[in-house]
Amino acid sequence: MALLEVEKLNVRFHTPDGEVHAVRDLGFSLERGETLGIVGESGSGKSQSMMSLIGLLSANGRASGSANFDGTELLGLPAEALRRIRGRRVGMIFQDPMTSLNPYMTVFQQMAQVLQHHEGIGRKAARARCIELLDAVHIPAAGKRVDMYPHEFSGGMRQRVMIASALLCRPDLLIADEPTTALDVTVQAQILELMREVRRETGASIILITHDLGVVAGLCDRVLVMHRGEEQESGPVDDIFYRPQHPYTRALLAAVPRLDRADGRRLAALGGSGSAAEAAAAPVQVVRTAPDRAAPPLLETRDLKVHFKLAPERLFAPARVLKAVDGVDLALHPGETLGVVGESGCGKSTLARAILRLVEPTAGHVTLLGDEITAAGKKAMRPHRRDMQVVFQDPLASLNPRMTVGTIVAEPLQTHFPGLGRAEIRRRVGAMLERVGLGPEHINRYPHEFSGGQCQRIGIARALVLEPKLVICDEPVSALDVSIQAQIVNLLMDLQAEMNLSLVFIAHDLAVVRHISHRIMVMYLGRVAEIADRDALYERPLHPYTQALIRAVPIPDPELERAKAFAPLEGDLPSPVNPPSGCAFRTRCPIATPRCAVETPELRRIDGHLVACHEADRPRAPGD
Amino acid sequence: MSAAPESMAATPAPVKGRSLWVDAWNVLRRNRAAMVAGALIFTMAVLVVVGPWLSPWDYAQTDWDNVSIGPDWESRHYFGTDALGRDLFVRTLHGGRISLLIGVVATLVSLLIGISWGATAGYLGGRVDHVMMRIVDILYAMPFMFFVILLMVFFGRNILLIFVAIGAINWLDMARIVRGQTLSLKHKEFIEAAEAQGVASFNIIRRHIVPNLLGVVVVYVTLTIPQVILVESFLSFLGLGVQEPMTSWGALVNEGAQEMGTAPWMLVFPATFLALTLFCFNFVGDGLRDALDPKDR
Repeated sequence: MALLEVEKLNVRFHTPDGEVHAVRDLGFSLERGETLGIVGESGSGKSQSMMSLIGLLSANGRASGSANFDGTELLGLPAEALRRIRGRRVGMIFQDPMTSLNPYMTVFQQMAQVLQHHEGIGRKAARARCIELLDAVHIPAAGKRVDMYPHEFSGGMRQRVMIASALLCRPDLLIADEPTTALDVTVQAQILELMREVRRETGASIILITHDLGVVAGLCDRVLVMHRGEEQESGPVDDIFYRPQHPYTRALLAAVPRLDRADGRRLAALGGSGSAAEAAAAPVQVVRTAPDRAAPPLLETRDLKVHFKLAPERLFAPARVLKAVDGVDLALHPGETLGVVGESGCGKSTLARAILRLVEPTAGHVTLLGDEITAAGKKAMRPHRRDMQVVFQDPLASLNPRMTVGTIVAEPLQTHFPGLGRAEIRRRVGAMLERVGLGPEHINRYPHEFSGGQCQRIGIARALVLEPKLVICDEPVSALDVSIQAQIVNLLMDLQAEMNLSLVFIAHDLAVVRHISHRIMVMYLGRVAEIADRDALYERPLHPYTQALIRAVPIPDPELERAKAFAPLEGDLPSPVNPPSGCAFRTRCPIATPRCAVETPELRRIDGHLVACHEADRPRAPGD
Repeated sequence: MSAAPESMAATPAPVKGRSLWVDAWNVLRRNRAAMVAGALIFTMAVLVVVGPWLSPWDYAQTDWDNVSIGPDWESRHYFGTDALGRDLFVRTLHGGRISLLIGVVATLVSLLIGISWGATAGYLGGRVDHVMMRIVDILYAMPFMFFVILLMVFFGRNILLIFVAIGAINWLDMARIVRGQTLSLKHKEFIEAAEAQGVASFNIIRRHIVPNLLGVVVVYVTLTIPQVILVESFLSFLGLGVQEPMTSWGALVNEGAQEMGTAPWMLVFPATFLALTLFCFNFVGDGLRDALDPKDR
């Protein structure tokens, strides 16, 4: 008999604007030891359907249907009975480990609470059990760490703590709601590996809710695809990935850029409404600009450094220095896209802000179109800003909530061409909005009336209305769903071809970066680890960090994922306040030698790559 | 070009751009409570200016035949008289002139100084912020009464001085609140976007920071106006404010409260006027806050 049998599950929310039918007639069954992936974009009802099962819907939500968990009907169960099931029989792992752990309680206090409530065991026994589980999720020095507070753990460690607490009472079912979305890819790989291990050792069933098809391919036995509250398709993982039946599934798969392929296929863009017909249409080749490498570089940085002074740890102690960017050289040619990747905290956003002079560089030079702009004052900087624009990560936060779309896009024009007449401004704003796919009727609306994708279009329109030569995109698609992400990436590439733009494209998603970039720069702790042409970088990464990053990315292909046999990169990013001596990567590097601790590697040209590693040219066994 | 977003409904005619203020006015016009309250404030303002001429009595004139009588239409003491036989109707309206003037002017002064001071300090940050906020701290540390007495000693008793004194104290709170809000706004991405476009600091403060402060500021203003009116009555009570025979609502309420047992009308009329005004200001403030927030439409 199946562990969990869900039939005709419906979830409705009562809102002041009427009833919202979030989940419609959902049905599935889950065997013991099986892993089910529920995939969908935001708003597809994937989280709400699981919340309704364990009685965690918000007060205005109601669930109907049936959900049989090992002989118990979950829907309509009294709160007290549900509480006995939650935590003991069903463990939960949430997206953001910082918000799901109480910052005022030590890890032990939080974990013991669960044990005392469900099993009523004593303090000593509880402590032993907690340490045992923290050990099982590979938290070093578990005996000491059990008494620490959540903020003393890194993001990945916190997620390990969450998994350990979910496992406390040996549940039969683990519900993981986007467990790795907030984590860097290397840490994500660690957590996924841990979940595989947990499944192997406890035999628990897992329901994995995610938007990332790569994660599903690597972990799940069966997949359920949801869209707008309804099941689109479900089946074994291989069927879904290799023989998708439903047009929406096909469209979703086509919208994801693939790290392992460089076929130059244009990403399928599902319309906002999810019209699948268009997406299923024949793939089109992307229009890629040819960078003009012969021309002098448009943007150059030499030994660019940004150091932040932090408050000293003790009174009268010397101020600590955070080296966010520590000596970066780069050159960008007209029409070129430079991708910048790295884990969070590696300094990629600070680099962008230093080029834009939003933070003051501590040392080094930035040259734009042959002019040195590092020392330019605010006034002297203004004419340069016309050539250099920026698109930010959070589409809504980067638009002033009290300005209409028309005024937002008009502002750069008013700033740089104060003599321009109203009619002319309106004409240019209208033309620009049309170019990014918005209509003239949108100019009087406010940002919050638009979806995330549309807001990002407005942000792009604002950046491009001055017809700049360089656009710095700081994680422009990270906050968007895959289908919207595909639209924005396509739009950026189209506009680049139309206007001969150069782009600096910062992202943590390596697949997107591969899709859009000509050259890619990998950063680690404020320094460049490797720069190379995109295909060369992905096919023959030379720096051990690049190799680890690329291997850590889950690929939406179950066979490839199963074939992957490697130990993920261990540990977390060291603190940039106190980086390791010599090569900063040596603490996590599989091939580090004593020399790495002493000597900081400089960028060297090897095989068309620029690599900062002493060992990069030494022959190594494949798969190292 | 990629797929058209869903909400691209076809509305062909060219659309004229609107500003936040035009939009806000359109929303405010639909808010009945705010409009009625606004109309009442306007009526009150007109009444306190022209009202006194509608009565045969003067605000300082004593009617020896009718000392301390209740409302009486025959002798045309519509609101009655006080213990000195002065007409309460005229005195209430006369007091309204002072109170409304102080409430509005002192608040506007504190608004103007407070917003520009706080937003500038918060946005520019660093040393400028330090110096500007230390000035605020020093002024804060000065005891209010001491400050007022000092002003009186140097410049003599003058109604203008009350404006100066109240305005000079009230903008400090406003500056602090505005600075705090500015600090949290400053690192928002839309401010960075404006900086990246090369928008001048003054325009960033004017176009991006101040409009986003309005929600807090408007609420604070609706609290300040009543506070200022009450501070004035307190000063008058101490003999530092408006001097007899001139009067204000605060002073009238104060007098009336002492005669409450024997002559309740002396309290009821000025208190009603005062309460009604404060009420109206609150409604207008609420309406303004909603109207200026595009998300609330």
